[in-house]
Amino acid sequence: MDTYALLLAATLNAGTVLAIAGLGLLINERSGIVNLGAEGMMLVAAIAGFATAVQTGSDWLAFGAGALAGAVMAGAFGVLVIWLNTNQYATGLALSLFGSGFSAFVGIKYTQEHLAARPHFAVPVLGDIPFIGPALFRQHPMVYLTVLFMVGLTWFLYRSRAGLVLRAVGESPESAHALGYPVRRIRLVAVMVGGALCGVAGAYISVVYTPLWVEGMVAGKGWIALALTTFATWRPSRVLLGAYLFGGVTMLQFHLQGEGVAISSQLLTMLPYLATIAVLVLISRNPVWIRTNMPASLGKPFFPGS
Amino acid sequence: MTTSTRRSVLRTTAWSSLAVAAALAGCSKKEEAAPAAASEPAAASAAAAPASSASAPLKIAFAYLGPVGDGGWTFAHDNGRKALEKELGSQIQTTFVESVPESADAERVFRDMVAQGNTLIFGTSFGYMEPMLKVAADNKAVHFEHATGYKTADNMRVYDNRTYEGAYMAGVIAGGMTKTNTIGVVGSIPIPEVIRNIDSYTLGAQSVNPKIKVKVVWVNEWFNPPKETEGAQSLIDGGADVLLQNTDSSAVLQTAEKNGKYAFGWDSDMTAYGPKAHLASSVNIWGPYYIKAAKDALAGTWTTGHTWWGVKEGAIDLVSISDKVPADLKAKVDKVKAGLKDGSFAIWKGPIKSNDGKEQLKDGVTADDAFLGGIKFFVKGVEGQVPGNK
Amino acid sequence: MLQLEARPAPSRAMSLASPLIALLVTVLAGAALFALLGKDPSRGLAMFFVEPFRGANAVSELCVKATPLMLIGLGLAVCYRANVWNIGAEGQFVVGAIAASGVAMHASADSSHWIVVPILVAGTLGGMAWAAIVAFLRDRANASEILVSLMLVYVANQLLNYLVYGDWKDPNGYGFPQTITFLDATKIPRLFSGLRVNIGFVAALLSVATFWLFLFRVYGGFQMQVGGLAAAAARYAGFSSRRALWVALMISGGMAGLAGAFEVAGPIGQLTPYVPAGYGFAAIIVAYVGRLNPVGILFSALLMSLFYIGGELAQSRLGLPKSLTGVFQGVLLFSLLASDTLINYRVRWHAAHPAHPPHPAKSPAA
Repeated sequence: MDTYALLLAATLNAGTVLAIAGLGLLINERSGIVNLGAEGMMLVAAIAGFATAVQTGSDWLAFGAGALAGAVMAGAFGVLVIWLNTNQYATGLALSLFGSGFSAFVGIKYTQEHLAARPHFAVPVLGDIPFIGPALFRQHPMVYLTVLFMVGLTWFLYRSRAGLVLRAVGESPESAHALGYPVRRIRLVAVMVGGALCGVAGAYISVVYTPLWVEGMVAGKGWIALALTTFATWRPSRVLLGAYLFGGVTMLQFHLQGEGVAISSQLLTMLPYLATIAVLVLISRNPVWIRTNMPASLGKPFFPGS
Repeated sequence: MTTSTRRSVLRTTAWSSLAVAAALAGCSKKEEAAPAAASEPAAASAAAAPASSASAPLKIAFAYLGPVGDGGWTFAHDNGRKALEKELGSQIQTTFVESVPESADAERVFRDMVAQGNTLIFGTSFGYMEPMLKVAADNKAVHFEHATGYKTADNMRVYDNRTYEGAYMAGVIAGGMTKTNTIGVVGSIPIPEVIRNIDSYTLGAQSVNPKIKVKVVWVNEWFNPPKETEGAQSLIDGGADVLLQNTDSSAVLQTAEKNGKYAFGWDSDMTAYGPKAHLASSVNIWGPYYIKAAKDALAGTWTTGHTWWGVKEGAIDLVSISDKVPADLKAKVDKVKAGLKDGSFAIWKGPIKSNDGKEQLKDGVTADDAFLGGIKFFVKGVEGQVPGNK
Repeated sequence: MLQLEARPAPSRAMSLASPLIALLVTVLAGAALFALLGKDPSRGLAMFFVEPFRGANAVSELCVKATPLMLIGLGLAVCYRANVWNIGAEGQFVVGAIAASGVAMHASADSSHWIVVPILVAGTLGGMAWAAIVAFLRDRANASEILVSLMLVYVANQLLNYLVYGDWKDPNGYGFPQTITFLDATKIPRLFSGLRVNIGFVAALLSVATFWLFLFRVYGGFQMQVGGLAAAAARYAGFSSRRALWVALMISGGMAGLAGAFEVAGPIGQLTPYVPAGYGFAAIIVAYVGRLNPVGILFSALLMSLFYIGGELAQSRLGLPKSLTGVFQGVLLFSLLASDTLINYRVRWHAAHPAHPPHPAKSPAA
């Protein structure tokens, strides 16, 4: 029983990175912009966060540094894509490539560094409930903040005026523009907020999840987060679900290996990716579903005045 | 012609003129006075003259799998290189290339090392075997040293460390320190060396605590800190409280630290990465071998072969044993160390059974290097099967 | 303040100058980086732009590295022109390599040299099969080809590991994860003795010509591109978007698989877990920098190889870090994307805000 509680806890931890990045990318995509540079942004944020944590010893400053790094990179991306109308997919890929090279480059000095041990986190009282306690309530505060943020984002998107405007920009920037909204500026803000969240996710990896810096340490999580937004049909709660699903399958396959299950470890490692494809297919099968949920202008350039 | 084709023709012209300009620039740069340290002879004429003249230092090059800052495997090799420099000073000149992928690119790196005048070249990972063989075949005057491989040539030899000795000693400590009688290993890639290490860890633990069980997870890479973390976490969640790793970063130790469990450093001294969790580090000390190899090359006594050094030759050691380890356990480790040093103690001595019940080593028989080199089974006490076995 | 003003028609001069500007920006950024790291900028730049051309061996290596980039890049260009975003060329490359190895391992000592042909065909088919999964899921279930193809990359890598650690392991290989070294009969014929460049490079050059013809001279190619640029118009004209999808993915999958076959039967000579070298992803950049034009891809593949090899040389001879290559490639692509806007826009100094900038004329080929 205890093992399952711990497995659940590990799932929450593993899924949080994907969840934060996924929510950020969701904000991005809701405004109509696809940012394939998630991986690069997370890497740069990871080294920024790690370096800050090493220099200042503060986790929260590290998250702030990561958010800043992500926002700056996303800002550069945003200017290119929104004002200069460069192809979103290619620009995003360029951002990814640049981010991995740049982070490796800047991080050379930090590969030998390590962070002081972190205190154990546990929610008082709740953390001691048998089973549920170790499963749910002994996580880093960021795990809970993520859930809170998801709730807040859902409220923002569906209940607030600003959220409505954001969704309108994503559905039909031309109409929003005709109504007098500063479409490009709104998109830039969305892109930068999305980048900041990817940054926080990146910093979480290097400061909390694996408190080290190594080049390429994000190891594909940025790409998985991108998959999650589609998988989640652009709804915040489903992003979280998908993130935990993916995190859970990842931890499960290690668990199965440790138990000596006679399935080859490579086949087990494939599981999370196959699971993602399967769910993607199930969701996409209904074209109406996708059409009603995907921001209609996603990936398309916007020319004001047309 | 359509617009696009005309544009592409114009583009072609633009690129070609750029290439021509670059080539011309290159020609003029050849005349530039290049700094003395790294001279660049024409790449085509690759044959490098052996450093026979007393004045010219022996040029030695190292190819590393990972970054020197990985705190693990490559870090240990680089420490060996630094020890070599310290010992032989002006007689040699060393360079290194890090993060050389184990693919077709490696061949190019080795060829360039030869072209740069290096006559003693070390390839520090198994995957360089085929590229090194190819380059060795074309450059008979250059000496090649391949770590952890098995193919040799007249001018290429193999060297390795008995990492399993370090694993065994770690196992002794693990067996004594575990409270749950379950210990774990985060494995990298299921090659004989790693399987041997897992087995030796188990044998060591069983020598002080016959009840222990060993759980294994495979990351399927040498180096992937987030995956290593996840693997370590799942072992801990499965009940293991002392972890060994065969991967190259300090992630496993850090995860143990986070969870209040124990772990060992691997390849290099990792105490700093997890002071509370760290019990000891099994380190690779490459300095003595590198010094010997360089001296062989300098003296002209270099011959091919297969070197496998361990505690006896000072290539493996279990260091920084924590104060948490009780004195009697430490004494046991010291006894093993002494026994390995003078050759009186053999880790792989029968009777040894694999975990499917078959007898692998008869009672009283000591395994020879051939047996050790081809270990494909898990000893009794290890859970699960070796991946890839039928 | 600075304003971007649309040009009435795309500027021909700028579309020529744009890649040169991008290259210049990259070179300047590089020089600045080298200076920052305390190395002589001119030597640093020489490592990247001059050294890789010095000597027959160096040029041969350039071609060896460029071959897979070109082959995959050409396939991707077709795909992207049809607006099908195949990001998983890396996975198709791996499966092509696996298929090719499967055939190569059946060679015996008396196999004729012609076994190279089935090896290459197997590789192509392997890549196509892997891409077919993506096409099928997009066709039948509307699943995003970006995500499916990407996930399949990870699956392909694990499949490779599964084979190489398991059934395909060399029985005499001490349990190390690799297949037997392929017999001589299977080796891709080299062009010159002593140099690694092989007929793969010739195949790549031929492909450049073939693809150029397909895209710009053959009706089928035209159909595909219209489908990509204006799906509604294409439907109206009766062009099947489903066919475009399948053709695009089959071609790019097949090319990636072919590249995998050339790599594994050529420079590598066996199947190892290290076959996935990232060419599938680098080729995306190559395709883009080459403006999705076959001739452009020829040069951008060479440029990309230049960066890779230059990065290695900068490392081994100047002690510069390996990550520089990624930085260079990223800066190049960024600068290219940015300077490409100058094709459609002019930079103007305005005293006051204009109301709305006029809509720019869209250029026919991206």
